[in-house]
Amino acid sequence: MADEKRLMKGNEAMGEAAVRAGCDAYFGYPITPQNELTAYMAKHMLDHKRVFIQAESEVSAINMVYGAAATGARSMTSSSSPGISLKQEGISYACGADVPIVVINVARSGPGLGGISPAQGDYFQSTRGGGHGDYFHIVLAPKSVQEAADLTFEAFDLADEWRMPAMVLADGMIGQMMEGVVLPQPKDPATRVAKPWASGNRPAGRPVNHVDSTHLVPEEFEQANIARYKRYDEMKKTLVRYEEQHVEDADLILAAYGTSARVCLGAMQMARKLGLKVGLFRPITLWPFPEKRLGELAGKRFLTVEMSMGQMVEDVRLHTRGKSEVSFYGRCGGMIPTEEDVLAEIRRILKK
Amino acid sequence: MELIYGHPKSLKPIQTKYCPGCGHGVIHRLITEVIDELGMQQKSVILNPVGCSIWASIYFDFDSVQVPHGRTPAGATGVKRMLPDHLVICYQGDGDLAAIGTAEAVHAANRGEKFTTIFVNNAIYGMTGGQMAPTTLVGQKATTAPYGRDPVEAGMGYPIRVLEMFATLEGTRYLARGAVNNAANTRKTKQYIKKAFEAQLRGEGSTMVEILSQCPTNWAMDPVESVEWVESDMIPFYKLGEIKDELQGSAVKEAAK
Repeated sequence: MADEKRLMKGNEAMGEAAVRAGCDAYFGYPITPQNELTAYMAKHMLDHKRVFIQAESEVSAINMVYGAAATGARSMTSSSSPGISLKQEGISYACGADVPIVVINVARSGPGLGGISPAQGDYFQSTRGGGHGDYFHIVLAPKSVQEAADLTFEAFDLADEWRMPAMVLADGMIGQMMEGVVLPQPKDPATRVAKPWASGNRPAGRPVNHVDSTHLVPEEFEQANIARYKRYDEMKKTLVRYEEQHVEDADLILAAYGTSARVCLGAMQMARKLGLKVGLFRPITLWPFPEKRLGELAGKRFLTVEMSMGQMVEDVRLHTRGKSEVSFYGRCGGMIPTEEDVLAEIRRILKK
Repeated sequence: MELIYGHPKSLKPIQTKYCPGCGHGVIHRLITEVIDELGMQQKSVILNPVGCSIWASIYFDFDSVQVPHGRTPAGATGVKRMLPDHLVICYQGDGDLAAIGTAEAVHAANRGEKFTTIFVNNAIYGMTGGQMAPTTLVGQKATTAPYGRDPVEAGMGYPIRVLEMFATLEGTRYLARGAVNNAANTRKTKQYIKKAFEAQLRGEGSTMVEILSQCPTNWAMDPVESVEWVESDMIPFYKLGEIKDELQGSAVKEAAK
């Protein structure tokens, strides 16, 4: 029987979704605007007799996540932008050692300490690896509390399946907002993928397992990276997700993700009422990015809307391969564009 | 005929990459002898640090997890919390534990994390080529202390006595310092390791064995000079023995005497 709809804060809904996904261990460090998530996990992980630790730093927390996940456990952390910067070392190691972990970024404005208001300035950091070395990891961008819960729940399966970190890139708006949400049914632990690579509980006869990102022989390391990139190619074929509305007849397609996509949806509806042929393209997986679909839409005119000085717009330009005129409208520093702002930009571009 | 002394099962029979006179090989052997004696080969996990002993994973015949420099106790925390019935060993050098990873080490100890830290103190950075460590003695030369460690004029600080500092933390239960510069000290160090591992398996809290070790290459000495230098210079500053023993197991033994 499905759960009834509940009114929940995004941070708490993501926490409950993680508990239901079978998160075995949570490690975090306080930072606004994600603190309700850590507090929720403190109560509910302990109530479920699972592991919760408030670490001494974000650096330590991500390495606890890595250690727990190295034993095959489902393990996660959450933070916000400056804290996510500190976790990049551990994320790079998890990618290098092919360790599945879940990381939630309830993003705020930057650079530096910045502010605690919602922003989308972490797009480059999230989708370009973020730490040192050649790697990518899964990035999922929810637009609502419901989707934040659903994607958090699913992130554990995706991380396990692809043996890499899965990041949920939310923002302070998604984290702090209350909305109706229907939570997924708890995951049956028996349906988890096997992890024969994990350290510990070594049966007689099994060679030793080393969860390790060290490669001191260049010839071997190159081959390991090439193998990892083949997995990335496979993911680009099967994992890409996006939502689109009215793109086929559109004279202008709004491209946006997360909170700004939600604003764009309202702006699109206002524009349609005015008879303007406006569509919406919303990537849900920021990595792998829906590059193939954008290639198919190349030639259409785009307006990318972000809560940043323009980051995803570079991907929109890249994957429309110079065939589209791509404009940008952004607010930053914790400012959120209004539907009216975006509509005004639409009218300016369409000269209507 | 009964074999009473041989190569430990938990240590692979391969030649190590360590320099002649280095202490890591002896320390690896002590750890694996104790693991064999406790019958824990299938249920041990070692956290390898960044440093010379990053090679440890190819020598040990049990599972391992390798973490970033200094994050060894954080990784060990994650491993031990998920595998509470395993013997979890956090192997750290002086740079890993007492410089870049001070926060992780202090807080894991303070939480009373139930793994054992083997802290190899050779008063120098080995793998990167002889830089000053937090445990480098005053006056000792390093590539980054070319005129010797000068705590005042050059502002290089003082060598840190890690165990004495950790003894103030309530989460720590057993802290002992040994050395591997001669047979007597090596045998004593093995006893400390065994006591710490047994305490871990009883779930008694944070345990750490610091081991003074030689680095002839970066000390610019031959192996014989280096073991003598441990005796003449290191041990007077880093006193050997059990710095803290608040183990329940020890109390039971004392009461039985």
